[in-house]
Amino acid sequence: MAKFETLVATAAPLEQRDINTDAVIPGRFLRRKREEGFGDCLFRDLRFHEDGSENDAFVLNQPAFREAKVIVANENFGCGSSRESAVFALYDYGIRCVIAPSFGDIFHNNCFKNGLLPIVLPEAEVAALRAQAGTMQGTPFAIDLAAQTVTGVDGVARHFEIDPFRKRLLLEGVDEIDFTMSFEDKIAAFEATR
Amino acid sequence: MARPLTLFEKIWAPHEVHRDADGQSLLYVDRHFIHDGSRTPYKLLADRGLGVRRPDLTFASPDHYVPTTSRDFADVDGEDRKDMVASLTRNTQASGVTEYGLTDARHGIVHVMGPEQGLSLPGMLILCGDSHTSTHGALGALAFGVGASEVAHVLATQTLWQRKPKTMRVMIEGELADGVSGKDVVLALIAQIGVNGATGHVIEYAGSTMEALSVEGRLTICNMSIEAGARAGMIAPDEATFVYLKTKPHSPKGEEWEAAVARWRELATDPGAIFDREIFLDAATIEPMVTWGNRPSEAVPVTAMVPDVTSVEDPAQRRVLQAALDYMGLKSGMRLADVAVDYVFIGSCTNGRIEDFRAAAGVLRGRRVASGVTAIAVPGSGLVRLQAEAEGLDRIFTEAGFEWRYSGCSMCLAVNGDNVPPGKRSASTSNRNFVGRQGPEARTHLVSPATAAATAIAGRFADPRTLGD
Ligand code: SF4
Repeated sequence: MAKFETLVATAAPLEQRDINTDAVIPGRFLRRKREEGFGDCLFRDLRFHEDGSENDAFVLNQPAFREAKVIVANENFGCGSSRESAVFALYDYGIRCVIAPSFGDIFHNNCFKNGLLPIVLPEAEVAALRAQAGTMQGTPFAIDLAAQTVTGVDGVARHFEIDPFRKRLLLEGVDEIDFTMSFEDKIAAFEATR
Repeated sequence: MARPLTLFEKIWAPHEVHRDADGQSLLYVDRHFIHDGSRTPYKLLADRGLGVRRPDLTFASPDHYVPTTSRDFADVDGEDRKDMVASLTRNTQASGVTEYGLTDARHGIVHVMGPEQGLSLPGMLILCGDSHTSTHGALGALAFGVGASEVAHVLATQTLWQRKPKTMRVMIEGELADGVSGKDVVLALIAQIGVNGATGHVIEYAGSTMEALSVEGRLTICNMSIEAGARAGMIAPDEATFVYLKTKPHSPKGEEWEAAVARWRELATDPGAIFDREIFLDAATIEPMVTWGNRPSEAVPVTAMVPDVTSVEDPAQRRVLQAALDYMGLKSGMRLADVAVDYVFIGSCTNGRIEDFRAAAGVLRGRRVASGVTAIAVPGSGLVRLQAEAEGLDRIFTEAGFEWRYSGCSMCLAVNGDNVPPGKRSASTSNRNFVGRQGPEARTHLVSPATAAATAIAGRFADPRTLGD
């Protein structure tokens, strides 16, 4: 699994709340194979007009945010469908971290399997970071997973909470299936009791 | 005395194989459903040279990409969809997993097929790579959706790492009015608590309304728990559950049945058990509901008007709501009864069960779909279709002007080729009114089967209680 340790990158603000995974990647792209990549489908119907031209109003199309690797989102980012392609699309496009006050549960789980760090912070702090990302365009954010901090443009290192188990696996890039297989004896013993 | 426990706690604890020092639990999975979106997880296994650990606990049906106009594989639309469907057959055969394929009468949307086959039973931990796995909780199980990597993990290990979620009880008391169904209850609930209202929680639905509700109605409510953000939805098994399950093919038989029922009775939440949150709903106030926006929470009674979004104080919120109205081609203050529809879809894992087709047929009998409306009825499984035909419901649908289709997800997700064209308006019994869900620029309104039928006849949103008066 892909590791996540630290990141210094531009953050793009996405103000809309309840962005569902159908918006992150529309259903019509789900029959692609993983190896074909999903980056061009990210936010497809928000990023592009029907004729395929770019929608200049969408944040990732603006010059200052083209290199963004962080998205500062809003409440309930990634709600809805369990499609892991939503994470594939973000990752393949280049996004490595999403900051939001809350996430859809399944999306949140899926992030960790792909080396994408979802950071939960209180609403007011996320709103402040979103404003910084928006006004100080192109100025990078710094994220340190080991220290559990996000440093915005204001230079203030904000502490975030993260499940220690998920943190460990992400820092070490542990393959979860391999890890679980090390519990084979326990699983077999449990199975024998059923 | 032992601490009183909730239904959720009584299922969670006996499934813990191991608890990590950091508080994550390794849970054992009793039942795993897979569908035609399983190519990626199987590839993840193949890349590691791994097989399926417990093919006997895994069941498959291709639901998302299959045609609903025939049962012929040749009619699967296009090479890439054919590969999705064929790879499920190939992978399940190679790994020894049972598949109910296109031509099998047991074929269906996995969330219809599982309960119907008795594969989803009280007390089980049930997973599937699909967010609407919450459906199966209606039978007293803990059931939730996972992503492709977790599907691969379950196939390989029959386990899943999870941190214990919070619990929420939704108490619904009172009698539902005629013409008001489980769909209306869950839309009313989501309108009350919001699409983020239950995030991080497992919902237990309880109260006299739930006790009186059919198992089909309960499945509909648990199905849409995810639309309130819930990890899962569940309902304690009771006599109605046991009657429903007794005759199902995979239910325990004979003495085993008796023993199982005795065990299942113990699952109910103990008096005095504590939930992290409690919500109350008065069933008598619930009316047939219609969504008007792009979130399932944006629902009002069918008799009401599109809300006035200009009066919303928060400017960001106001912009979002106005954008939803623009997308939907609606204006604040319009009566829903004046909004004309182009498409009506009755089906999906939310409302594709026999009771749903009975309710719709009750409204359609002797009537005709309004001109200009395309109406399709898509049973959730082959057995639902056969049952409906045995009851003569298919004739009621076709005589009214509906197309009577074969089982599949169809227009719920619109990835099999059944979609709503750009700009067209649909009354749909499915679960998501998201932008583009039924096709690019399609305008989706969520309704119950009875309301969908009434709307098909009127050609505009109509109240199933008064139609024909
Ligand atoms: S019917 Fe719709 S919601 Fe249900 S499994 Fe199929 S696509 Fe998903």
